[in-house]
Amino acid sequence: MSACIGLWCVAGLLGIAAAGIVAGRWAVGTTLIYGASLVASLVGLAAALWHLLAGAAPETLSLALGLPGIGAIFRLDALAAFFLIVANLGGAVASLYAIGYGRHDTARLRVLPYFPAYLAGMNLVVLADDAFSFLVAWEFMSLSSWALVMANHRAPENARAGYVYLVMATCGTLALLLAFGLLAGPDGGYGFAAMRAHHPDTFTGALVLLLALAGAGSKAGLVPLHVWLPLAHPAAPSHVSALMSGVMTKIAIYGFIRIVFDLVGEPVWWSSLIVLAVAAITAVVGILYALMQNDLKRLLAYSTVENVGIIFIGLGLALAFRASHMDLPAALALTAALFHVFNHSLFKSLLFFGAGAVLTSTGERNMEHLGGLIHRMPKTAALFLVGCASISALPPLNGFVSEWLTFQAILVGPGLPQWGLRFMIPTVGALLALSAALAAACFVKAYGVAFLGRPRTPQAEGAQEVDRFSLAAMFILAGLCFIAGVLPGLFIDMLGPVVKDIVGARMPVQTFLPWASIVPIAETRSSYNGLLILLFLAVSGTLAAMFIHRYATRATRRSDIWDCGYPDPSVAAQYSSSSFAMPIRRVFGSTVFMVRETVDMPRPGEMRAAHFHVKVLDPAWRYVYGPLARAVMRTAVTFNQLQFLTIRSYLTLVFATLVLLLLVVAAWR
Amino acid sequence: MTQSFGFDVAHLLAGSMLVLSFVLLYQDRITAVLNVFALQAIALSLSVAWQALIQDSPHLLVTAGIALVVKGIVIPTALHRIVRRLGIHREIEDVISAGPTMLTGLGLVALSILLVMPVGETVSVLVREDLAFALAVILLGLLMMITRRNAVTQIVGFMSLENGLVLAATGAKGMPLVVEFSVAFSILIAFIVFGVFVFRIRERFDTVDVSALDQFRGERGERG
Repeated sequence: MSACIGLWCVAGLLGIAAAGIVAGRWAVGTTLIYGASLVASLVGLAAALWHLLAGAAPETLSLALGLPGIGAIFRLDALAAFFLIVANLGGAVASLYAIGYGRHDTARLRVLPYFPAYLAGMNLVVLADDAFSFLVAWEFMSLSSWALVMANHRAPENARAGYVYLVMATCGTLALLLAFGLLAGPDGGYGFAAMRAHHPDTFTGALVLLLALAGAGSKAGLVPLHVWLPLAHPAAPSHVSALMSGVMTKIAIYGFIRIVFDLVGEPVWWSSLIVLAVAAITAVVGILYALMQNDLKRLLAYSTVENVGIIFIGLGLALAFRASHMDLPAALALTAALFHVFNHSLFKSLLFFGAGAVLTSTGERNMEHLGGLIHRMPKTAALFLVGCASISALPPLNGFVSEWLTFQAILVGPGLPQWGLRFMIPTVGALLALSAALAAACFVKAYGVAFLGRPRTPQAEGAQEVDRFSLAAMFILAGLCFIAGVLPGLFIDMLGPVVKDIVGARMPVQTFLPWASIVPIAETRSSYNGLLILLFLAVSGTLAAMFIHRYATRATRRSDIWDCGYPDPSVAAQYSSSSFAMPIRRVFGSTVFMVRETVDMPRPGEMRAAHFHVKVLDPAWRYVYGPLARAVMRTAVTFNQLQFLTIRSYLTLVFATLVLLLLVVAAWR
Repeated sequence: MTQSFGFDVAHLLAGSMLVLSFVLLYQDRITAVLNVFALQAIALSLSVAWQALIQDSPHLLVTAGIALVVKGIVIPTALHRIVRRLGIHREIEDVISAGPTMLTGLGLVALSILLVMPVGETVSVLVREDLAFALAVILLGLLMMITRRNAVTQIVGFMSLENGLVLAATGAKGMPLVVEFSVAFSILIAFIVFGVFVFRIRERFDTVDVSALDQFRGERGERG
């Protein structure tokens, strides 16, 4: 029933996409198309929620599409339902936001047809139950999002972003294709049911895991496969950026979970070492780079890399526990990862919507040109602050809960029998703590530079509050962040059947614990109570405000504003984005960032201004992609000679190939 | 007429085609090459006619007739006229030395026998041998195409390759006539195209040595 509704939603979204080609000609088309997408997403969301909450059995549907003999098989189980919720919630909120935001769009025909198609693609990936449909849906999702990245194709950096994205997406799909090929085996059982039934041997399983890590990881943004993400995500219109960062990376994580946890079966313990190492590095490097960015949307994209790292830490822990048959800790780690999936989709969408609101009202993405927006866009500023606090893992908001659960899983780590993991997991914990702290610094910077202080440019000076639809979308997300933070038990219990399906155990039921606290393992060990913290914050905040109002003097004093020791009250003397990040840039400058700082000082008597340039280069470009691109180029140049052979040489080549193949046939029989 | 006699004659005719392929491979006079090719086509038509007899399939006689008329008479005559009009009928082509070419050819024959023999259990001996011969003739035709420089002898190599194809097709029982018709027709078309092509080359470059073409190719990359 729900699976059927889900597929009808996909069909509806594809129909809306087709309608978008026509409706994009008129301005009213924006409202129509996004409104229709909103309705379709809400229906899909309701179906998936119903499936998950009712605890319905998995449903399988087979359509007579796709490969002959196999058809297209779709299946809705608890895991798929959960990710459908994430995808459709994101899709619905993004559609709502876009009803307002999309009005400012100049190239409607470049966005309207692809947006519903993109939503349909993400839904289809989650529903697919055979390798062929999965890969087709996956590519469909990639291509439609590529079209959205290229919506503003005249900007040269967008064209480059689109190119890099396309190359990375293709390579990722290739890795997934190989993984499915290995899973299908020589008999070619491409249905997921056949793969589930027959478990590969240890070596094949590990190989499939690595391929899935590369394939899904390139879409999710694992270091060093993350390079396309900070280019492509900011290039798209903001509601699409929110979907790409908040939802599509989650669909990639779904692909990883589906392949590694569901299809491969029993993992080898050392494969979790690889996942953990990659995940921890991703978390730290992602947030360090986020700190260095001046472009607000780029900062958010890099922060997505960090959060994907955190989610993969949870998945790696779940793999490690599962390999040692520790079912409860595995359930805890997986719940933490999935909860963070949900949370990150909420607050990252919220933050991208906020960045989009800033972009519409000022036309600026560069934080060095913003400032003082809290006075001009108070509602956006408040909602953005909620997002910042959530992503910085501050209680009582939701980011804290999932990261806390991840830490709880890390604390169980020493109980593992393998020494490699016993050493590895505390290191991962330390890196996770580091990245959490840096994330807080990063969002203090983002919020402080963009919204506080004084406006640095006339554009920021003239900013105005955005429309109601955008605010409503952000408000819904902020509200959900709040609820998930204060009453996490509800959401953890919702994840129960998902986790039970995958690792065979679930976290204890949390809903009926007193005072809505959550207890991951045992009360004596640790527990968290969002409600209590909220009450404490509310009471202490109210008391402090009362004290200040009661005892502070009401007399008005006139004096100079505090000038931080700068006698010149110019707006340029404020803390800027680069200056805020400077200490961290200095600490990691030579190792992680490869910073080039150049000072161009005019000589005495010269009238020109002095310049200070900072160039931060991602080492992934220098150490991974640079050599790779050069190797490809060399090979291409070498093979280019084949273009200029004589007719006889071509004939000889054909002949030699034929003889060689015949020899192989003769020898192999 | 016993089974073994029919087998022996089929063997003899197919074998003679293979021998003529070898003759083509080292023959460096153009007129001689054309004559040998006509001989091979006649051997082919005889072989096909024999197949028609022992397979009791009279439609193969049509194939044999086509092979005899088109390949044994029309094409060689036309090629003789082309060669005369180009004035190269007395030319001696510098073929890659005969020894290595013949050794390679022997190797190819061995390869085709190695390939076809293990199929053994499921088909009759006759079909098997025929296939081996046909594959060898095809490979030798290809080899001839790549060892020759002259456009006309390259055409002959191609036609001889096609002889092998027809031999393979008729050796298998139940090949419908329409397939042979279409193969024969496409060969005729190819021959016409080749003929036109040869004259165009001649007009442009005063030679039919295809290596002369290589100097005139554009779009060479920076490697020059």
